[in-house]
Amino acid sequence: MSYSEVSTDADVGSTAFVDKDRREGEYEASSLRAVLINRPRDELYAYWRDLTNLPTFSETVKSVEVLGDGRSRWIVAGPGDKDVELTSEITEDVPGERIAWTSSEGSDVDHEGWVAFRDNAFGRGTEVRVFISYEPPAGIVGKVVAKVMQREPRIQARRELRRFKQLMETGEISTSKAPDAAPRASRHF
Amino acid sequence: MRALTWHGKHNVQVDTVPDPQIVNPRDAIIKITATAICGSDLHLYDSMIPGMSNGDILGHEFMGEVVEVGRGNTSLKKGDRVVVPFVIACGQCFFCEKSMPAACDNSNPADKADATEIAYGQSVAGLFGYSHLTGGFAGGQAEYARVPYSDYGPIKIPDGIEDEKVLFLSDIFPTGWMAAENAQIQPGDTVAIWGCGPVGLFAVKSAILQGAGRVIAIDHHPNRLALAKANGAEVLNYHEVKVREALLEMTAGLGPDSCIDAVGMESHGFSPDNIIDAVKQETRLGTDRPHVLRETIMAVRKGGTVSVPGVYGGFADKFPVGAFMEKGLTLKTGQTHVQRYLPQLLQLILEGGIDTTDLISHRLPLEQAAEGYKNFKENQNEWTKVILKPH
Repeated sequence: MSYSEVSTDADVGSTAFVDKDRREGEYEASSLRAVLINRPRDELYAYWRDLTNLPTFSETVKSVEVLGDGRSRWIVAGPGDKDVELTSEITEDVPGERIAWTSSEGSDVDHEGWVAFRDNAFGRGTEVRVFISYEPPAGIVGKVVAKVMQREPRIQARRELRRFKQLMETGEISTSKAPDAAPRASRHF
Repeated sequence: MRALTWHGKHNVQVDTVPDPQIVNPRDAIIKITATAICGSDLHLYDSMIPGMSNGDILGHEFMGEVVEVGRGNTSLKKGDRVVVPFVIACGQCFFCEKSMPAACDNSNPADKADATEIAYGQSVAGLFGYSHLTGGFAGGQAEYARVPYSDYGPIKIPDGIEDEKVLFLSDIFPTGWMAAENAQIQPGDTVAIWGCGPVGLFAVKSAILQGAGRVIAIDHHPNRLALAKANGAEVLNYHEVKVREALLEMTAGLGPDSCIDAVGMESHGFSPDNIIDAVKQETRLGTDRPHVLRETIMAVRKGGTVSVPGVYGGFADKFPVGAFMEKGLTLKTGQTHVQRYLPQLLQLILEGGIDTTDLISHRLPLEQAAEGYKNFKENQNEWTKVILKPH
């Protein structure tokens, strides 16, 4: 997929809008989503490009070890509390604009994704678009399990992009997790 | 600590719960010295707002003393006295920068934001103690509360002014003020306000301060009507008159320039549309009882403005869209952009430009909060506003 396919210059012609479902449908599980972030494009690109930052806003990618030559080893939360491991290779890197990656052979899951950054034409910050896809470990069953575990790609992309935006704009990730962040009564009646 | 927790319809009680902790760098922990029960808390009490969980701490009107601050907060320090806005907002997103904190993009946690993105098209901001749709944050009817983004929301209160005079900066004063602003009042206008609860009363006060020539307040509780009257409103008891006819008569057929719905999703009264709505709400065929919203649209003059501070959560049947369009109306609404109004409204209080305490009817220790809810719900004539003292 080329970068031009997600241009919003002409909304009606954009694959991202017209063919979102079909595009996502080419994969077992995938998601394409956009978010507007009120920070400079270069700053967002730089944070993402340091792949060891991914676990700071992703609840799916648990750890990243950079191996060099654009390769990195990811520990990813899989279905049934079972971690899966993949080796990711950067396939495209346009500083300040776009990063694309794919899992290499021998990984536990087939995964590919990209993130694109562009200035909003009306001075509203940076438009960030993310595509992620993967072949779940156990095909359709894996997708069902993944969905139950809220790691289905659309939910995953939605939440992780929100967290990325929160972290970039406010320096922290909003939480109401009990008990520390939001105490509550545990007794039941 | 002790806190008022929700356990289902008409079932709240004071429980012992874990103390809140600093979790994020910009958090602060507030020791609560005064908190209040809001009319909108009754929508939770009545189980009309979805997304509540057994054990949730309620309360979004609170103030107190800062007892702990996170390392990322340089504007607050231990011992500061603050009022906390009920809207949780980051101060840095597109909306906060436009002074629309009630539309904050970041405060609703990523996992909780899914629900309103689906229900409303866009996720909404976090609120204290107001269901998991608005973030699942613990509320302030408690001894302590964790306040996120505490370098942006809370306003410092000088010593020498009692809690009661400033507590309502947390919600109902700015909410009444914004309701009046949304009514787009021109000098000499006639403004009709449905509901003489705390928000309606603050809307009465605010409309007069903003230049209304005449304010007409509508309710059926004599004591609440008396409060509105004492604040300079003319009053209508809808048990005694047909509201729209009375308003037409009072304005010689023109209709009020602006109407304010300070009632929201649980209208009272026995008009046919409201009885049908009540049945639908009880059987979950409908979510909201928008009788007042319909009436404001029917009553307002041509080209007038309807302002809606009353809370709605779902869908409204028989919205009079014909009257809305053909009369050329403006409809303005929304959760209150509290942070936007705090400096000017605090100043107004400090200058003695408004009485913020006349509506307080009861002051209870936190331990009696459940009694406060029951009476605020069942004895609305006498119980006009309840303040809770946790310490």
